[in-house]
Amino acid sequence: MNKTLTTAIAAAFVGLAGVASAATVTIATINNPDMIELQKLSKTFEQANPDIQLRWVTLEENVLRQRVTTDIATGSGQFDLMTIGAYEAPIWAAKNWLTPLDMPANYDVNDVIKTVRDGLSLKGKLYAVPFYAESSMTYYRKDLFDAKGLKMPEQPTWTDIQGFAEKLTDKAAGVYGICLRGQAGWGENMALVGTMVNTYGGRWFDQSWKPTIDTPEWKKAVTTYVDILGKYGPPGASANGFNENLVLFGSGKCAMWVDATVAAGMLYNGKESKVADKVAFAAAPQGTSPKGAHWLWMWSLAVPKSSKNQAAAQKFAAWATSKEYIALVAKDKGWASVPSGTRESTYANPEYQKAAPFASFVLSAINTANPTDATVQKVPYIGVQFATIPEFQSIGTVVGQNVAGALTGKLTIDQALKNSQASTERAMKQAGYLK
Amino acid sequence: MNEKAPWWVGILGWGTAFVIFLPILIIAITAFKTEQDAYSLSLLFKPTLQSFNEVFERSHYLGFVSNSVYVSLGSTIASLALAVPAAYSLAFFPGKRAQKILLWMLSTKMMPAVGVLIPIYLLAKTTLLLDSITGLIIIYTLINLPIAVWMAFTYFNEVPKEILEAARIDGANAWQEMLHLLLPTALPGLASTALLLVIFSWNEAFWSLNLSSVNAAPLTVFIASYSNPEGLFWAKLSAASLLAIAPILVLGWLAQKQLVRGMTFGAVK
Repeated sequence: MNKTLTTAIAAAFVGLAGVASAATVTIATINNPDMIELQKLSKTFEQANPDIQLRWVTLEENVLRQRVTTDIATGSGQFDLMTIGAYEAPIWAAKNWLTPLDMPANYDVNDVIKTVRDGLSLKGKLYAVPFYAESSMTYYRKDLFDAKGLKMPEQPTWTDIQGFAEKLTDKAAGVYGICLRGQAGWGENMALVGTMVNTYGGRWFDQSWKPTIDTPEWKKAVTTYVDILGKYGPPGASANGFNENLVLFGSGKCAMWVDATVAAGMLYNGKESKVADKVAFAAAPQGTSPKGAHWLWMWSLAVPKSSKNQAAAQKFAAWATSKEYIALVAKDKGWASVPSGTRESTYANPEYQKAAPFASFVLSAINTANPTDATVQKVPYIGVQFATIPEFQSIGTVVGQNVAGALTGKLTIDQALKNSQASTERAMKQAGYLK
Repeated sequence: MNEKAPWWVGILGWGTAFVIFLPILIIAITAFKTEQDAYSLSLLFKPTLQSFNEVFERSHYLGFVSNSVYVSLGSTIASLALAVPAAYSLAFFPGKRAQKILLWMLSTKMMPAVGVLIPIYLLAKTTLLLDSITGLIIIYTLINLPIAVWMAFTYFNEVPKEILEAARIDGANAWQEMLHLLLPTALPGLASTALLLVIFSWNEAFWSLNLSSVNAAPLTVFIASYSNPEGLFWAKLSAASLLAIAPILVLGWLAQKQLVRGMTFGAVK
């Protein structure tokens, strides 16, 4: 072998080594305001860590879910860091798809809100770090309540809500008593209906995994939901999700709305909503029990086992969910826009309390939404508005379609529940939970 | 047809065209609104380029466009290269099973794509074609092949066999026959097939979203990054969509004449 060739090969190896030392972290994420802000501010991280290069793949929630599930299930390693929800984290950890996370000492893991941390852990090990967390609550229009001489209790019941909705509906003026999620889907109408079932004492499955959708508790919950939204809701409510309701409430068309706590920041923002000075809030309504009346959801960052740059990915995940990052967002966009629901220290900060009048309320909602104790009767699953089994997505969506059918009047409530029970039983048998 | 069409045909035609065009019009209008105005259908608003600026700031638009161009042109050329000879043989030398073969080809389109997602994903992973332009070209070629064969077959079928016989008597071989006779006669048809394939590949969203992430991501991935159930993104989504359809819209306008000729083409019409 001649000398030039040897030198060339040596040079090539040096070159390769150079490439290998600059780790590329490919991040799959969703298009929500918090994540867009992270993408923008991540340049600070890259400057501080010149050996790590970040590449972003931003996708719509459902597309992202399908995309990252395919990737992780086939062990393809296209992504080093994945944005996953409260539903995926425990399932994927149990499947041994995720790397357990060891956060540096200055990360202060105990500052992460406990219910959130527990929701992302399996057998005491943390598998994902929360980027933002939410619960659900009741929003209402103070001006409309005052005009009718009504007073919203701090902790309303669904019966209260029903009474208010009836009095506040003024279809001639284009004001509807209540707006609720109606679009069919496990993360759409069933997120809300799931909490209603909990608080009326129902559950998805009994201890032997038999579906319990044909029980009186479910009937009470679904009847209340269909009755309130059908009678006092906006026309075409079965097409409404979070965004549609946000616009309806924000433009003054709804007197009440029960939905994610994250909406508070948007409704109180005068640039985005026309009711910023008229909106007030209360806890999510309860039925017969306080258990599981409000949901818990979080978006978090997890490192798949198939990633080739796990160390670099963990380093970025730690930075993106740290106290320093929250302070950085506050400096860039103001305290009202910092990622909510993740750290105790955010809520202890007087500046955040000042910027977000709903802060302590949201914190207590998240603190009391316990995914391991969300039902009156015992259940074999974890989760408030979902059950952490892989089959739940399709089960929840089919039931959601039946409930939407009952809302539009295509099915009676009894038919909807009977169909749901039958299809869920079938799915659970196929999956091997039932014989 | 020299008679003037009755008056209502014109109104019906324009009406239908307007209804079909309406979504694009709404996208075009919404793209120039602010996020707050975007949810109302009102035409009274102050036009702004805010959404476009944000889209350009956040995404590398030209990177997505060039991927879309490579992938759709590459797959169109590959599809035609395979489909034209196949259609030639099926049209002019049909064996006993020609009809069945054609139907079988079409049957591959009948299965929902998601059914083969995992096997194809694994194949792409093993062959290192995940997130690569080559991988997308291969997939799109395979997806579009049945349609390409069918369309080319239909156009070839309309060329009278006698013309070919005459050429053969004059001593032309198969290659010359194809090059000097068949291709020129069927050219408008093939051109419209090509255009259709480009449009299909340009708009294909399922496989591009699932098989690409950073390096090969085409415009469909670009649009998907502007939509989400929690938050207001209609104006930005519309701006992104408008940017994504603009190139293909221009191509469509330029090729309109060819397209119409291709659709109504026939040697005896």
